[in-house]
Amino acid sequence: MTTGFESADIDHGAASSPDMSEQPPRSGGSGRLGPTGLARIISAGEVVGLYALCIVAALLLSALIVQLTGGDSLAVFSALLDGSIRGPGRIGETLGVMGPLLIVALGAIISNRAGLVNIGQEGQLFIGAAFATYVGTRIGGPGPVVILALLVSSAIGGALWAGIAAALKYRRNVPEVLTTLLLVTVAAQLAGYGLKNQWLLLAPPEGRANRQQISQQLDPDSRIPLVTMFGNQFPISVFFALGGAALVAFLLARTVWGFRLRALGHNERTAQRAGVAASRYGAGALLLGGGFAGLAGGIMLAGGDFGNYTLVPGFPAEIGWTGLLVALVGRQRVFATIIVAFIFAGLRTGSGFVAATGVERRITDVVQGLLVLALLIPPALLFLRQRRRAMAARESRT
Amino acid sequence: MADEAHDEVNHPKSGTGPSGPVPGGLLATGRVAIRLDQVSKRYGAVTACDEVNLTLTAGRIHGVLGENGAGKSTLMKIMIGLVLPDEGTISVDGHRVRFVDPTDAARYGIGMVHQHFSLVEPLRVWENVALGDEGRLDPSATRDRVKEISDRYGLAVDPDAVVGDLPVGMRQRVEIIKCLRRDPSILIFDEPTSVLTPAESEQLFDTLRHVVLEEGRAVALVSHKLDEIMRATDEVTIMRQGAVVRQVRTSDVDAAELAEAMVGRAVSLRSERVALGVVDADFDGSDVPDTHLEPAPVVLEIDGLTVMTRDGRRLLDDLSLHVRKGEIVGIAGVEGNGQRPLADVLSSLIVLSSGEVRVDGASVQTGVAGAMAAAGIGVIPEDRHDSGVVLEMTVAENLALVGIVDIARAGVIDRRAMSSTAERLIDEFEISCAGPDAPLFSLSGGNQQRVVLARELSREPEVLIAAQPTRGLDVGAIEYMTNRLRQAAEAGVGILLISSELEEILDLAHRILVISDGRIIGEMARGEADLGRLGLLMGGQVA
Repeated sequence: MTTGFESADIDHGAASSPDMSEQPPRSGGSGRLGPTGLARIISAGEVVGLYALCIVAALLLSALIVQLTGGDSLAVFSALLDGSIRGPGRIGETLGVMGPLLIVALGAIISNRAGLVNIGQEGQLFIGAAFATYVGTRIGGPGPVVILALLVSSAIGGALWAGIAAALKYRRNVPEVLTTLLLVTVAAQLAGYGLKNQWLLLAPPEGRANRQQISQQLDPDSRIPLVTMFGNQFPISVFFALGGAALVAFLLARTVWGFRLRALGHNERTAQRAGVAASRYGAGALLLGGGFAGLAGGIMLAGGDFGNYTLVPGFPAEIGWTGLLVALVGRQRVFATIIVAFIFAGLRTGSGFVAATGVERRITDVVQGLLVLALLIPPALLFLRQRRRAMAARESRT
Repeated sequence: MADEAHDEVNHPKSGTGPSGPVPGGLLATGRVAIRLDQVSKRYGAVTACDEVNLTLTAGRIHGVLGENGAGKSTLMKIMIGLVLPDEGTISVDGHRVRFVDPTDAARYGIGMVHQHFSLVEPLRVWENVALGDEGRLDPSATRDRVKEISDRYGLAVDPDAVVGDLPVGMRQRVEIIKCLRRDPSILIFDEPTSVLTPAESEQLFDTLRHVVLEEGRAVALVSHKLDEIMRATDEVTIMRQGAVVRQVRTSDVDAAELAEAMVGRAVSLRSERVALGVVDADFDGSDVPDTHLEPAPVVLEIDGLTVMTRDGRRLLDDLSLHVRKGEIVGIAGVEGNGQRPLADVLSSLIVLSSGEVRVDGASVQTGVAGAMAAAGIGVIPEDRHDSGVVLEMTVAENLALVGIVDIARAGVIDRRAMSSTAERLIDEFEISCAGPDAPLFSLSGGNQQRVVLARELSREPEVLIAAQPTRGLDVGAIEYMTNRLRQAAEAGVGILLISSELEEILDLAHRILVISDGRIIGEMARGEADLGRLGLLMGGQVA
């Protein structure tokens, strides 16, 4: 599978000389294992080194900031580790957060492959959670049926929300960056409206103990079952998220659909001529991206790690934004994204323990921000180098 | 080769000048306007300019000749301050200079007319000319200045015309006026004739003569066309792979010698001569087998094609044509007369306002993704990066792009089949690349073009649209492309060749159509074609 780094290919741009057509074909066996192979190893080493350097720098900088604000940096890092993985049962908590993050990120990857910038996952997630709440608290029946129904409806809700952006883009040419972003606010308002009205989402008076905006709690039967492994408890949906990641990776890499999505994302006109209609594949990708975000909302509701099985204002808790960030830092590669999702989930669960050290727990936001930068700088540097070489090669050919 | 060049240069055959073995001051007899000494520019491992010496002399036209990728453009960009050299020195009027940017170079009186225009289409001519001025805008003074320049140099253009409405030839005049207004002592023209009809080219060279002889400016004319260099220049520098291989007086050489120096070997093949622009003006087509093609069935029929822009302009205007099996139909015309929309319609990229496209008698829907390709229309687009390839995907993926469904089972791509097909095509079409998995952007332009050609021909199309198929390719690649097109026609593919290079059309086409303003305004069989009439038609005059 893909390695997460594109660097292995970077050298080709420079290698092409102005008059390659007059050179003998380079497809011979020796050429493939010779200098090219060595260059690949060197550049792979460079990439790993670059990442390590940036991460170390980010951690040092975080430590410095903690020290400067009067905290004990070692204690903070220790608390972060305790809260995310070291403490008993904390891995389960982290996995519970990782699930939705990963699912949101998968949707973002799909949209991105089609060349679309969907940044409205937070809103799509909220609408998905609202759909799930409505269905999960209204329909009766055996638990598994309700769970399935609420998850399906959450995906539909998210897809519908992204569908507004898709319709605007492909019918009226409105950029999806704008619409998806602006619809986040609308989604929050809409969910808020629902939470004020009992015929929509608001729980009946006896169930909400004087709270103004809160939904009825999901019935214990209608919650995603928890599994316990090695003393860690987490919703079973984590496995589905991981399975979903493998499925998405396969679909994108091996199927005609993934192939066409990629062609569309890189060159819409070439794709159109080759039979890929932007309105169909692009809108599909946008709907899927929204559907994944919505599903993440449904899982958050029924999985229990967020909001105690009830919908409240502010329910998405920035999982949509963070999920988008996860895809970005994972450079839109599925397997890298799984790892990044776990790390970001860990920062979140770990931050709960930081308060005990006397340092403002918001410091983890700073650490997270610095880590994001650290993980984004290497690809940016590599991209710049790649482009410089490609430009040079092109320059010399004109 | 380099030694030979110095020999040549240090002992001029006609020896009129005091040009001893002075580096750089090679053919200088008049006042040296600009001199480049040992100028080098490297991009990574690629040397675009290798210790180049070049001297432009006031009162002379200096041709810079070379294939694509020979380093001409980089050299010119160095001269106008767009590219900074790694090594070497530049002196203007005997003073050492170092250009930081184009404005800097402009201050020293260096101006360039670019191959791709930098005009703002919605603005008027005088507004474009005033663009970049500082301080208060004086419309009437600018208008007068435009008038004055256009009178003086015979560059007739209305200062109040909107640039977007002007034909390409006129736009070039605007560019030239823009440049001349700053009264440059050194003028650089980058491939100026690619957008002009033969008559317009003549006119351009007349202007150049005027600028040079009567006003003592120095002119560099960059070109890859031999006949142009022979006709218009006084001296010529030939570049190959970034280095100067020869600098001579134009009168001391003939076209064949230039061609040899440019390509680095003897040029004998007809297609090569055509590629280099050496084709006789009284070409009669007699050496072309005039197969009688009438009985062959029509494979492509275009009927009443009209394409309108949103603001009501007609890009194609009731255009009709047909191509028979095994026939090469050439569409000649100055660029920008509807060639691009025509190819776009046949690539499913735009929807018709009216008209019909039929392949083998069956109507094909326009603008529906993949419909034209599925109907059997292969396309080598004018700009492969625009609609021919996906640069970020691999060679194998690009080769499979159109027929991806054929190598998939239940929606899953058979990667082995994709790979083996790619290897076969790489072999067959001699695509030079690191293998099927090499990203397409790592290939040279010529090899990218071969990928497009290989893909389109491997789909065994009924019709092949070849739009400017040899643009930007070097001589070897051009020869390969023309041979392939000929073979495809012999194998029964109907070919629609859209080209602004007359030589290419005359070399390949069985039947020639001339396009102007989105309409076909003339048709002739290859045997009846004469350059004079073609030139007139291309200029939009019905002859």
